[in-house]
Amino acid sequence: MIAVFMETRDGKIKKSSLEALSEAKRRAGEMGVETAAILVGGAVADLVPSAFALGAAKVYLIENKSLVDYSSQAYGLALAEFVGEVKPAALFFAATAMGRDLAPRVAARLGAGLASDCVKIAVKAGALEFTRPIYAGKAFLSLTLRSTPKLATLRPNVFPLGEAVPGAGEVVKMDVTVPDGTVKGRVAEVLKEESAEVDVTEADVVVSGGRGLKGPENFVLLHDLAAVFPRAAVGASRSAVDSGWIGHQHQVGQTGKTVSPNLYVAVGISGAIQHLAGMSSSKVIVAVNKDAEAPIFKVADYGIVGDLFEVVPRLRDELKKALAD
Amino acid sequence: MNILVCVKRVPDTESRIRIQHETKSIAEDGLNFVISPYDEYAVEEALKLREAKGGTVRVVSVGKDAAVAVLRKCLAMGADEAFLVKDDSPETYDGLRTARIIARAVERKFAGTDLLLFGKQSVGTDNSQVPAMVAELLGLPQATVVTKLEVEGTSATALREIEGGMEKVVLSLPAVVTAQKGLNEPRYETLKGIMAAKKKDIPVVKLEELGLGPDELASQVEVTSLDVPAQRQAGKILKGDPIETARELVRLLRAEAKVI
Repeated sequence: MIAVFMETRDGKIKKSSLEALSEAKRRAGEMGVETAAILVGGAVADLVPSAFALGAAKVYLIENKSLVDYSSQAYGLALAEFVGEVKPAALFFAATAMGRDLAPRVAARLGAGLASDCVKIAVKAGALEFTRPIYAGKAFLSLTLRSTPKLATLRPNVFPLGEAVPGAGEVVKMDVTVPDGTVKGRVAEVLKEESAEVDVTEADVVVSGGRGLKGPENFVLLHDLAAVFPRAAVGASRSAVDSGWIGHQHQVGQTGKTVSPNLYVAVGISGAIQHLAGMSSSKVIVAVNKDAEAPIFKVADYGIVGDLFEVVPRLRDELKKALAD
Repeated sequence: MNILVCVKRVPDTESRIRIQHETKSIAEDGLNFVISPYDEYAVEEALKLREAKGGTVRVVSVGKDAAVAVLRKCLAMGADEAFLVKDDSPETYDGLRTARIIARAVERKFAGTDLLLFGKQSVGTDNSQVPAMVAELLGLPQATVVTKLEVEGTSATALREIEGGMEKVVLSLPAVVTAQKGLNEPRYETLKGIMAAKKKDIPVVKLEELGLGPDELASQVEVTSLDVPAQRQAGKILKGDPIETARELVRLLRAEAKVI
């Protein structure tokens, strides 16, 4: 069995967990084993149909009042108990803030190997082979894990979401006791960012700005351009972040985030190697820069050599027209 | 307050990575090695906490002799003591192995630590595994990817980054915290600090002293291949009138790239 931890936020399963479940289903099919989803929380039974819709044969429900709010210690304990009882061959997570926080705890508790932030999973001679970027994508490492189970976190936005078709399967309720004193850290509050913008790692389109923008006030051009798309986010180069023009959570590159959107638009970014590492797995790259020699043009699928202050507003208008069609 | 910061020596972010295919490893010659950038935020945070609350800042690295240079930098920044846990094995990419070494070192050599600070990931291996694994092995709570940390008595409040917002995590100490960019602005070493750091002894802890069994030191990871990605090909470059080029780009994105 390949089991997948379903991350829930705001009463919904995260899209990246559904992507992980879709990938589990495909690989489990090749291995001739079944796929299971694990839902953990206070009351999460409502979410069972979405897991069946993506082909889970079983959904394990671990409901408990001490699991209402996420804590790495309590969730880690719950998943380790699940593994102890059900003995899956592999356990997948989405490589989100929660998945990256939780999976290593589960791995350590089980003494199991973990492949972080995978971008490709294959079945070779019956065994799972995981491929993951290292040095923020300057190199790719493929590996197998000696332990059972094999744990992996899967990068969001990389694995295709399966087609949801209403389905049914077996719901297995599991009791987990979280002994008093286990949890020494708790989430007291979740603070949402003011803007309803998606995170750069989860966006379908990322519009990033660099030094060429000349100042923080000009990021509005990028926000306007991003607003044309349904799931877009604004990113930035390290120099724009280090100049204090935009928060570091927008930084794309080796000391920022690694992104792989369908469309990456680099505006006024020269293309330092540490930036290219963070975005070169984007499906299509567009660069706008006045310097025709900028290294960014060496990786861009399409480039406009020109003044970004003239090009970007025009590009927004043309995109708006095209998307309205 | 006793703080232990775990640091790693890595190639700097401007490095071009080359592969040694026969050993499935990174070619290290010609690379410039530095302290992993996120670890620098962890060291700075430790120093700030010591300045505010008193106590000690100790720094430890698991690795080869070369890691001493990184430890010396931490001493020059102001850490009280630095230790090398000597591990000559090549990179395993297995976070659990490193976590077991650190957890055991904490138990045997750094008992009484109130706060364990790490960078959120090493720049290079990019695993983000070791800190949370150490926390689990030691039964400690954790806050990872933290941009703000406050310590009051025996508890800490951390803001950690999540998609589209922040989580406020309250921890009882001892605890594990990992530093994200934005937590602080690391200080530069002073000349005085550099001179003083040169004179300090950096004790070496031998792996054998930690009493880990061969099973615990065996890697769970078997590397099947290591490659650099295929170079992206330069694409179409448009020049000229902004309206014309914008229009042509949108046409290409729709008709050719099919992304809109």
